[in-house]
Amino acid sequence: MSVSPHIYDGENIPRIMWAVVFSLLPAGIAGTFAFGYYCLSVIFLCCLTSVVTEAGIMFFRKQPVIPTIKDGSAVVTGILLAYTLPPGVSWYVSVIGSFFAIAIVKHSFGGLGNNIWNPALAARAFLQVAYPAAINSDWRIMHHGIGNLVHNITRIDSEGKLMDAITQATPLTKEAGAKIYTLTQLFVGNIPGCIGETSVIALLLGGAYLIYKCYIKWYVPVYYIITMFVMVLVLPQREVTPWANNPFYHIFSGGLFLGAFFMATDMVTSPLTKRGLIIFAIGAGILTALIRFYSGYPEGVCYSILLMNTATPLIDRYTKPRLYGTRRKKG
Amino acid sequence: MSEQNNLKEFTKGIIQYNPLFVLVLGLCPSLAVTTSVKNGVAMGGAATFVLICSNFIISVVRSFIPREIRIPCFIVIIAAFVTMVELLMKAYLPPELNASLGIFIPLIVVNCIIMYRAESFAYKNKPLVSVLDGAGLGLGWTLSLCLVSAIREVLGAGTIFGLKVSESYQPASVMIMAPGAFIALGILLGFFNWRKLRKSEKTMKVYKVSMEHD
Repeated sequence: MSVSPHIYDGENIPRIMWAVVFSLLPAGIAGTFAFGYYCLSVIFLCCLTSVVTEAGIMFFRKQPVIPTIKDGSAVVTGILLAYTLPPGVSWYVSVIGSFFAIAIVKHSFGGLGNNIWNPALAARAFLQVAYPAAINSDWRIMHHGIGNLVHNITRIDSEGKLMDAITQATPLTKEAGAKIYTLTQLFVGNIPGCIGETSVIALLLGGAYLIYKCYIKWYVPVYYIITMFVMVLVLPQREVTPWANNPFYHIFSGGLFLGAFFMATDMVTSPLTKRGLIIFAIGAGILTALIRFYSGYPEGVCYSILLMNTATPLIDRYTKPRLYGTRRKKG
Repeated sequence: MSEQNNLKEFTKGIIQYNPLFVLVLGLCPSLAVTTSVKNGVAMGGAATFVLICSNFIISVVRSFIPREIRIPCFIVIIAAFVTMVELLMKAYLPPELNASLGIFIPLIVVNCIIMYRAESFAYKNKPLVSVLDGAGLGLGWTLSLCLVSAIREVLGAGTIFGLKVSESYQPASVMIMAPGAFIALGILLGFFNWRKLRKSEKTMKVYKVSMEHD
């Protein structure tokens, strides 16, 4: 959304939402390629639960069910939530997360267009607190990647049991002895991580398509990522990991690209004006860097975007455009 | 005052003036101690005891309390009963229950439900109705604490009264942490408001929030 004056250009919610679904496909394919077919079932389960929850609530609220399902917003939420989950996540985590995203985060506040936070991210934050074991440490992957991209994730012992599980949730792990990846590995997505966040190139493809279609503003992801880049150079690092001062390592790993292209650009929960969006993106970048460098969490994209979502009404209030014909403020 | 009125003074506190879901009073302990049903019952019981006793004493001595310094007088009376409850609980309740209620037992002194009833009911009414009023509101608060804590305990710990609900259920620990308190209470408040709204729409009456006795 932008500020008025508005002009009808043939776009509508379903077209935008299905374009977002389409643009998310490359990342999902990359994730499946790296982590195996089980990812597909996670994505499918999240979408299914989201759609069923949405249909149930719209029916309960005595509002049109079929058009709401067709507009695809629940599917987008389901896919985005699945992309932020570990590849081997248990089914109940996906189901509870999707239900929370739609029922609590979205419909408690009045449905599409009225929610304060991005439903997928808020659900991810909820799951992080609700099932810390499943989200933080349970990174077992039951299948080898189809393309066998992620090596040495699991070792099957002679009885066919899972012996060695991946202990590293993300390349950003600060623990000693954590594996270090090359920039090419990070760029292609040959790294451990959540289903949809690993492959930078796939996310870039989807993001570029959305920018080309003018569904998202180019400056949100660009300012977000550049802010993160600059913060790595500027801020003193507390950790002494070998990659600590490499800005490319920081921006290519973790969920930064997924967050920057698909979550920070959410029309409902981000500011309306260009100035507001740039403030939003820079604020999210600064928060991400602060959380990554100085907190106990290795990754800060989720919380930074949620915090900036919270600040969105405030940003909107202070970046109101000048009314046409009124005088510019001095200073 | 007739029998029926007395009964009404008692029952109004349970639904019509439910302290938690209608008056939205006493939120601090309601959010903090409702991690398990045991805590909820203990907290509600303690507050109900204090509420009944303080209502009774304040009502008895109401003609001796000067209007200008009534609040300090109420606090002294309430504090006396809270001290009693605290010592009794320390003596007879299991230590871990005491530990989990912690600071919230002494804080009953400034519990807004008790202050509210002292100020707006006991100070203006006869002892018997004041006791019934205190018992009704105390019961209402205890029941609502039980409801909130039952939801939180079942979802967050997978137990109820410390007994396991189901072997296969994976508890979502967030529900017994602070965010879970806000989520559970928010949804319950929403539910009760929605029910009330629907009821008033049905009878074609506009719902009016009326403060009693004021």
